Amino acid sequence: MQRISKDLLKQISDELIAQHGSPRSALIPILNRLRMDNVTPDATVMKMLAETLQIAPSAIYGVVSFYSFLDHRPKGKYVIRVCQTISCKMSSATEIADALKSELGIEFGQTTADGLVTLERTNCLGLCSEAPAMLVSETAHTKINTANVKDILKSIHKQMPAASN
Amino acid sequence: MSAEQIIAIGATIPVNIDGIDIRVPLKTTILDAAKQLGIRIPTLCHHTDLCEGGLCRICVVDVEGKRTLQASCAYPITEPMKIKTSSAKVRKARKNILQLMLSKHAGDCMTCNRNQTCELQELAAEYGVTSYELGKVAHPQYTTDHSSLSVIRDNNKCILCRRCERTCAEIQGVHALVSANRGVETEIQTFMNQPLGDTTCINCGQCINRCPTGALQTVDATCDVWKAIDDPQKHVVIQTAPAPRAAIAECFGEAPGTPMTFEMNTALKRAGFDKVFDTNFTADLTILEEGTELIKRLYGALVQKDASVALPQFTSCSPGWIKYIEQFYPEYLPNVSSAKSPQQMFGALIKTYYAKLNGLDAKDIVSVSLMPCTAKKYECARPEMADSGFRDIDHVLTTRELGKLIREAGIELPKMPKSDFDEPFGSATGSGVIFGATGGVMESAIRTVVELVCGIQIEDLFAHANVIPVRGFEGVRYAELPIATVGDVPQILQNVVPSWDWLKGATLKVAICHGTANAKKVMDDIRAGGKFSQCHFIEFMACPGGCLGGGGQPIPTDIEIRGKRAEAIYAEDMAYTVRKSHLNDAVLRLYKDFLTDGIGGRKAHHLLHTTYTDQSSKPQI
Repeated sequence: MQRISKDLLKQISDELIAQHGSPRSALIPILNRLRMDNVTPDATVMKMLAETLQIAPSAIYGVVSFYSFLDHRPKGKYVIRVCQTISCKMSSATEIADALKSELGIEFGQTTADGLVTLERTNCLGLCSEAPAMLVSETAHTKINTANVKDILKSIHKQMPAASN
Repeated sequence: MSAEQIIAIGATIPVNIDGIDIRVPLKTTILDAAKQLGIRIPTLCHHTDLCEGGLCRICVVDVEGKRTLQASCAYPITEPMKIKTSSAKVRKARKNILQLMLSKHAGDCMTCNRNQTCELQELAAEYGVTSYELGKVAHPQYTTDHSSLSVIRDNNKCILCRRCERTCAEIQGVHALVSANRGVETEIQTFMNQPLGDTTCINCGQCINRCPTGALQTVDATCDVWKAIDDPQKHVVIQTAPAPRAAIAECFGEAPGTPMTFEMNTALKRAGFDKVFDTNFTADLTILEEGTELIKRLYGALVQKDASVALPQFTSCSPGWIKYIEQFYPEYLPNVSSAKSPQQMFGALIKTYYAKLNGLDAKDIVSVSLMPCTAKKYECARPEMADSGFRDIDHVLTTRELGKLIREAGIELPKMPKSDFDEPFGSATGSGVIFGATGGVMESAIRTVVELVCGIQIEDLFAHANVIPVRGFEGVRYAELPIATVGDVPQILQNVVPSWDWLKGATLKVAICHGTANAKKVMDDIRAGGKFSQCHFIEFMACPGGCLGGGGQPIPTDIEIRGKRAEAIYAEDMAYTVRKSHLNDAVLRLYKDFLTDGIGGRKAHHLLHTTYTDQSSKPQI
């Protein structure tokens, strides 16, 4: 998880407000940018953002808690989201889920102790024809099986040998 | 023709509701159109004080040609249409919606604070609910939040209508309550789900007034008050504010705007209070203390050219407003009058002056106040409110709680004979009474200032002493009062200013606002150096309509009900022979016998004034 300074938050906000017209319209783009930058919108960040945008922190909290891709709780460097919708379920998504759980040693909703991976479920990714599907952060993986789950996890560890919290 | 053009020519649209033809102005909602025909469509999330929700769907109706049922509260009529408001399809849908709500509503009507005033209960009766067809949660899912001194939150009873959230945002601009999460997981929370008492909630209780169920309740002090009454060692006194008197009749089924002041005095005595006092006594006292403070500030700024004097001066009667400014605009705390609220002034005097006069030990006195306000419960618990050497006010009862207490005592309030307030504080003046309405403090101050400064009768400027320019329900109001002539400095103010010459030809600029969302507008304007920064005196009330719309007043509330209560308050003012604070005999006697170093003097300062705390480190902006 990355920290963010007030100045940088202001800079990002100004840029996105200019692009989207008003602080309120820029709120989701800002939160999304923070997500891409691996900045958790925790209480401190939400308060900082509230001050910058002159929006009540509770209103920001309402938005953050609404979207499943946003979370005020810290997440791992990588977030794996396994599709739980019907087509994937019918194509062995449950086995994939079990494989991920046992490989990572965590349950859904949890993050590995090294802070590298968070495991979540997601609703339909629109990849039903290539089920089962899952997202690893921004990348979609399709037609996965228990074997390439291991490969995917390996490549994550390779990319990030020393995970940082 | 565009919608705007139709409005411009004032055209109406023909609609047929349940077989009856009616023409309504463009954009009238189906709900309002039906109302005109005497058809009452049930609502839950809809509230006339708030923006449309369209959330709960209980108001659905069948619009011919539409595939699905439509929420009538949020459907503006823009074309001719045929509507059925109670077809079999509509009734079935409403029953299902109601059953869905009940399936998630964990509560027991019998033990609920809102028993018989609950809109959900009323609907269940109306729609003949005899069983929980879609199930019912067996156990409470949420812990009840008792952290606030004023408001209890019980999410188990919440039906997610979001009236509270809209109230807090739109009327108060506080945003303490918010809908968090999504779908079936949606719940009303505070920022990061903190206990309400730790948030920026200003304790105004407006959310309680608009909650259709028992999800938001007042912290109830009736048990504590009964305990004090039942204790023979205790001398229990109650002071009553003006706004509850104009509203308590509503708790007994009377129409809004039925005053019960003197019947209530009798009821309170019969319920067991030893003395019944009139908070208006300290309202009059407030005018003298706060008015003198204003004169000192003006003299300091205009004559002594003291740059440190903070102007405009802000009123300090409303504890919700005080918490609001402490949290959101702490840099303006020097502008807030140091005068305590009338409740707290009275509290300090009861355990000193009154105790001394009657040979009572202050520790044996239990001082109760009847207020229209839930924030008063927070105010009286502030650590600085103990200048008598004891906690100045022990318990605050809201209008609703007193209604309950009187009922429990078996007293039929409307049938009570009338009786007067007790000495030594007497019946106060009409100026004290109008503190209960927005603009009332300003009007009282103007009545007194004009007479003391200009040396004329207020009636010379305003017929019947009714300062109409400061009255009304407009959110923010502004008025100017030219001081054409000045008189001699009256004796009570001779230690404050040598003469009034410096005020001759000046124009007193004042403003009034109610609802803290309006206070925000005024404060932002002041911060930006706008019109309101040029004012001399500004009245701020946290609740819409002022105290008469307070969070402790009978439920329901809307602008019509508040209007009726205002009428009752202004009528009571007119009925008083003395209607000016500076002519209150009991107040003048207090200065002569007890606060002997005069208005704004050292003794008065010790007991009647207070300090404020910067609370901006609270979690919200």
